[in-house]
Order: sequence, then C-alpha cells, then structure tokens
Amino acid sequence: MFKNLLTSAVFAGVAVGVIAAVLQFWLVTPLLLEGELYESGARVHFAVDGSTQSDAGHPALFTDPMRDLMTIGFNMVTFTAFALFLAIGFALTERGGHEVTARKGLIWGIAAFIAVQLAPAMGLPPELPGTVAADVELRQIWWICTVLATAVGLGLIAFGPTLAGIGGAALIALPHIVGAPHLDTYFGVAAPELSAHFATASLGTSAVAWALLGLFTATLWVKFKDA
Amino acid sequence: MNNEVKAATLNATTIQTADMSLVSILGAAALGLALLFAAGFAQASVMHDTAHDQRHAMAFPCH
Repeated sequence: MFKNLLTSAVFAGVAVGVIAAVLQFWLVTPLLLEGELYESGARVHFAVDGSTQSDAGHPALFTDPMRDLMTIGFNMVTFTAFALFLAIGFALTERGGHEVTARKGLIWGIAAFIAVQLAPAMGLPPELPGTVAADVELRQIWWICTVLATAVGLGLIAFGPTLAGIGGAALIALPHIVGAPHLDTYFGVAAPELSAHFATASLGTSAVAWALLGLFTATLWVKFKDA
Repeated sequence: MNNEVKAATLNATTIQTADMSLVSILGAAALGLALLFAAGFAQASVMHDTAHDQRHAMAFPCH
C-alpha cells in the first residue's frame, strides 16, 4: 500500500512538476521578473507627481540557470507532496467502496485546484514580488484553514448525503465569511494591470497542473494496484 | 469449531490488512506534509530564495 501511494505520487509529481515549470516559464516567470523591476525600483509606475505610467515588457528570461533549475526542482517536490495527498484520498475513498478511475482522478485534480489554489486566492491573491501584505503567520493560518475547509467541504458534497453536502457548502463559505487578514493600507508599487495578469496567469497554470496531477496520479494508482 | 477458527483467522487478517493500510496512509501523509512544508513554508532565507519563483507562482503565503 505504502509503495503504491509513493510510486504513484512520485511519478505523477515529477512529471507534473516539469510540466508546471514549463508553463510557469512561459506564462508566469516573465510577469514575475517584470514585477521585480518595480520591487527593486528599476521601473517606477506611480511617480511622485501623481502620474501613473510605465513601460510594459519583461527582462530577458533564463539568465540565471540555477534559479530556473530550482523552480523545476521545487515544482517536482511540491507536486509530489500534493500527489501523495491525492493518492491518500484515492485509498480512503476506495475503502469506502468508491471506485477510482483516471477520469475521476481528473475531477479530483480540478477539485484539489479549487481547494488549494482558487479558494485561498479569493482571500489572498497570488502576489507579485514586492507586495506588502498582512502578517505572514496570520496569512498562513487563514490559508491552511481555507484549504482544509474547502477540501473537506468538497469531499462532503462529492461523497456525503444531501444534508452533508449543504454542510460542505457552508464549510467552503466559512473562511470567506471570517475573511482573510488584510492591511488597512495599499502599498502596491507595480502597475495594477501587471498584478492582475500575474494573479490570473498563476491560477490558470496551476489549474492545468492540478488537473494533470489528478489524471496522472489516478492512472498510476489504478495501474500499480492491478500489477 | 474449525469454521470458527477459520473465521477468526480471516477476521484477524482483515483487521491486520486494514491496520497496515492505515499505517501506510498515515506514513504517506507525514511524508507529504514534510515535503510541502520544506517546499512551501520553511522560512529559512536560503530555502526561500531557492524556492522563490515557484512559491510565488503557486501563491504560497511564505513571506
């Protein structure tokens, strides 16, 4: 059992880690590097005279191979960890008599994207480098509680009776009723268009990665179980 | 009598299998948490700098 959990997760996590890194290099990293121009002050959008204007365009990509290798490496580690939790979900639902298939795995991946990325992003949007935000520990607590509440809520909707599903929906809403920790002041230095684009690109690429993670992990889980 | 013994043995095997898979699940969860913490949340600046771009892309609240 442990071997099945581990092998499905590692193969799926490493493959998706590489795919996610490629998607990030293509769609996210250019915006991130552009954000660093505002973070460092190399580019200024909000001038002291009150005008708001700055050039668009990102610096050259792949100038620091070590940095890019680390991005690939950490994507592999992160998605392997996430795949472990998906595989645990498969094992637990199979114990409850629910069959796991590759297609269902894809749905699991999309649901996990909602729980781990989309729901927390509604309170704590993906941040460009240099963004000033509320106390990191408070944000981490809210992030973890939101991920757990959304995951349990979606699980109740998917596998519970109707009443549990209603409870699940309430659970998903709860962290947003409580509200994420925010500051009373805006400090953003980057162009608002860039921040918005970074947030959507970050969510979009993660959605693809998560869907593939669910698909791959389930495919391997079924394959190794039958072997 | 013989059947009872058989049933008892079967039962014990089932319980053992169930326990073993629970142990596996717990082990996998512990490993997953450890990996996730190291990749996403560890505050050491060396970890933060090396994981920087990926953490931003994944929107981890890491600093």
